[in-house]
Amino acid sequence: MQGILSNVGWIPVLPLLAAGVTAVLPRRAKRLAQGLAIGSMVLAFVLSVAALVGVLGNHGAAVISNFDWFRVGTGAVRLGWVVDPLAAVMLVMVSFVGLLIFVFSTGYMAHDGNVTGFFCFLSLFAAAMLGVVIANSLLLLFMCWELMGVASYLLIGFWFHKPSAAAAARKAFLVTRIGDLGLFLGMLWLYRDTGTLLFYDGGLGCLEASALAGLTSSAGIGALSAATAIGLLLFVGAIGKSGQLPLHVWLPDAMEGPTPVSALIHAATMVAAGVFLMARVFPLLTGGSTLPISAGSHFGLNVVAGVGAVTAVFAALIAVGQSDIKRILAYSTVSQLGYMFLGLGTGGVGVAMFHLVTHAFFKALLFLGAGSVIHGCDEEQDIRRMGGLRHAMPVTFATYSVGMMALCGVPLVFSGFWSKDEILHAAWLWQPNVWPFALGLFGALLTAFYMTRQMSEVFFGPNRSENGLGSVHESPATMTVPLTILAVFAVVLGFLGTPAWPWFEAFLSGHEAHWDLGHLIEAAPMMAASTGVVAVGMGLGWWLYGRQGRISPVSMDRFEALFPRMFGAMRARFWVDELYGATVVRAFHLGAELVGWLDAWVIGGLVRAVGAGAQGLAYVMRWVDELLVNMGFDAGCGTTEWTGRWVSRLQNGRTQRYLGLLGLGMVVLAAWMVWGVKAS
Amino acid sequence: MTPLVAHLVLAVMLFATGMAGALARRNAILVLVGVELMLNAGNLSFVAFWRYGPNPDPQTGLMFALFSIAIAAAEAAVGLALILAMFRHRRTTHLDSLEEMKG
Amino acid sequence: MSPMFYFLAGLTVLGALAAMSLRNPVHCALSLVVTFAGLAGIYLGMGAQFLGLAQVVVYIGAVAILLVFVLLLTRSAGGGEQEERAPSWRMAVLVGLLVAGVMGSAVMTVARWVPRDAAPEPVPVVQIGRVLMTEYALPLQVIGVVLTVAMIGAAVLAMPEKRGVKADRGAANGKDVVPGSGGTSPTRESGRSVS
Repeated sequence: MQGILSNVGWIPVLPLLAAGVTAVLPRRAKRLAQGLAIGSMVLAFVLSVAALVGVLGNHGAAVISNFDWFRVGTGAVRLGWVVDPLAAVMLVMVSFVGLLIFVFSTGYMAHDGNVTGFFCFLSLFAAAMLGVVIANSLLLLFMCWELMGVASYLLIGFWFHKPSAAAAARKAFLVTRIGDLGLFLGMLWLYRDTGTLLFYDGGLGCLEASALAGLTSSAGIGALSAATAIGLLLFVGAIGKSGQLPLHVWLPDAMEGPTPVSALIHAATMVAAGVFLMARVFPLLTGGSTLPISAGSHFGLNVVAGVGAVTAVFAALIAVGQSDIKRILAYSTVSQLGYMFLGLGTGGVGVAMFHLVTHAFFKALLFLGAGSVIHGCDEEQDIRRMGGLRHAMPVTFATYSVGMMALCGVPLVFSGFWSKDEILHAAWLWQPNVWPFALGLFGALLTAFYMTRQMSEVFFGPNRSENGLGSVHESPATMTVPLTILAVFAVVLGFLGTPAWPWFEAFLSGHEAHWDLGHLIEAAPMMAASTGVVAVGMGLGWWLYGRQGRISPVSMDRFEALFPRMFGAMRARFWVDELYGATVVRAFHLGAELVGWLDAWVIGGLVRAVGAGAQGLAYVMRWVDELLVNMGFDAGCGTTEWTGRWVSRLQNGRTQRYLGLLGLGMVVLAAWMVWGVKAS
Repeated sequence: MTPLVAHLVLAVMLFATGMAGALARRNAILVLVGVELMLNAGNLSFVAFWRYGPNPDPQTGLMFALFSIAIAAAEAAVGLALILAMFRHRRTTHLDSLEEMKG
Repeated sequence: MSPMFYFLAGLTVLGALAAMSLRNPVHCALSLVVTFAGLAGIYLGMGAQFLGLAQVVVYIGAVAILLVFVLLLTRSAGGGEQEERAPSWRMAVLVGLLVAGVMGSAVMTVARWVPRDAAPEPVPVVQIGRVLMTEYALPLQVIGVVLTVAMIGAAVLAMPEKRGVKADRGAANGKDVVPGSGGTSPTRESGRSVS
């Protein structure tokens, strides 16, 4: 077991190798591609479990293995792997959920034209995510982070001939790029102040005591310390990747990708990477101090919590007004990620990570269930055209219900209840003010409401699809088995983090977990409050949507009938996309037009001027050539001709003329001989 | 004026007259007349030098003049024959009509 | 100088001027005869008897007569075309004057040689004959050839044109006037092949 801990770098390498081999396979090698991908994920999962066991055996001590990447002069760029409890649980979660989704994909994408490419991209993504999880260097983490972005781009735009898919892929990449800029700046700042990007390096790492001391004492921005400033810059990257306000706009559009992609990347793993990043660099935000987080004295954490709380409610409101089954889930993901950040900011790493892990399972379950529904309804995605599917797709319905109840936080049985309660509990204990708690509670109500709405429209009521219930069929085993497995975990995982036995949080913080029912009693009021909220939400949802199913696809939504303007705003996603379009995108277009104008007129003018100059020069040359050269030549020729013509007049064919010339010549000669010679 | 000079002046005058006439006349035959005059002027100067000039050889000048006469006769014959031929061709002895070799 | 010389000289010059300025060509020819006669007289006065008589015989007797013959032969019908001076006769006179001037002054300046007043020993015809046969034998023969050639040439030239003559004249490039040389002429008229 210890051997895997020092060679943990192999875990991301296996899917990377699978991706590399699959990249050169021809399109028809579908079976081989699928086999390679799934095989590598199985191996990765096995190794991850081994790593977890190893960490458990180490009692939560981290195992670091750093190495030189390349040498630059006297220094070297060093990278490394770290296996601590945080990394270990993420490894197991990512590889397990990934494996299930890979298996689901074999059934879902069976009729697609490029299955080989799909599994190549999936393997690439898995490799990148696993790399992020065990990276000990911020640089290595960033590299894998960007690789995840690339894989996400490839997968969102998998059906690239659809213009909406291509645009969505581009949007995702660009928006996360904006966040990545903050991440990059933070990375640069960190390197400049500490001289290393390794997290843990035997005392020299940037998250270790000496470096933290230096960072907290040096000045950052304004009244903030450098540590907080860097932490906030890194948080900007997390905002982009995890789709928080204001960079959330790409996540709903990312639903253009195939549903397994949405499940894997945009629910369970990649979007959670932002939360993971903040968990990883948590010491930066606290500055390594021992003050309790609930005191609310760390500015960075307060910002994180604030952003998370606001996003949680904002996204939940939008989710109420959506009619696409996947978009509802997408906004739900944004909302739940907000919860995770809220938990991180008010309660610490353990609270956030617990929700992250439970959310991964039930959100993946929900997305895969939605995929099953879409597959069964012949690619229909509008919930207004579904209905009454619980009889036609029983397994899907059952597992979906489990996922829905986990998400809403139905008490005691489902994991979501326990993890969300942890967050609400931490928010309640948070001292500065009560807003995070209030927002969290309101968000829980909305979550229950919109999920009930969705379930009613999809599974209950009369069927509104074009072909009727007869054409709806349950999905094959490759799809339903992963659903079932996920459902089981959606229930079971919750018991790892109950207040009576908080094993998960204790594992992550390196403490021992004790069975203590007293804590459970203490938490009872909170549990009651959250249960009440969930009941109210579900009740409202049933009252509006469940009692009487929707009759026709075009009839007005019940909520819309009551509050048309509010519903309109929710449906329009609060016009955030339009705002961006009117400001940023327009500014960009103006800039592009300006540059284009510059290019056409200024630079083009310059080029044309040079060309005109050359042309003018050519004219001058031609003028010189024609006038001077030709003229000179013509003059010469003309002179010669004129002279010749004049001289030829002497030859007029008349002998007397010749004779006269002879006489003249003789006269001249005689004169010269007589006088000239004498004179000289 | 010594006799030599006198004869030479006469020869010069004859020559000049002959040249002027050869240049000024339109009729080809009269041009030939001028040429004969020039030849005669040359002859005269030869003889003058023979008689009055310092020449050791007794008859050189004389012989020269004699041969000159013979040549002049031959030349007159050929020239006149040419003129006749030209006259037959062109029905005129006008010298200006013979200008086909003008440049 | 004796008056005889001046008289003869004046006659000669007058004759020459007349020959050059008279309108009627026959009058010109006749004045030429006068010139020749004057010259002959001068020769005789200088003691060149043979030459003087040769002058009379050849020039007056042959050349002048020939001139008259040709003049008569080439008279245009009706005598409409009167003899007029060439358009550039002034130039000609100028040239003549120039020549006279230059050469006259040259003569004047050059003839400072010591002339011989004494007459040379008269040269008898016998002497001339002897010299012709010995010293001037070659020139004599050449003169003979020349005269022959001139005669033949003149005869050919003055012959009236016939059909055959035209063709002959056309192909006569390098053809010798005197036939029978047996040269390697590349023209096809000579049927002889080049060996």
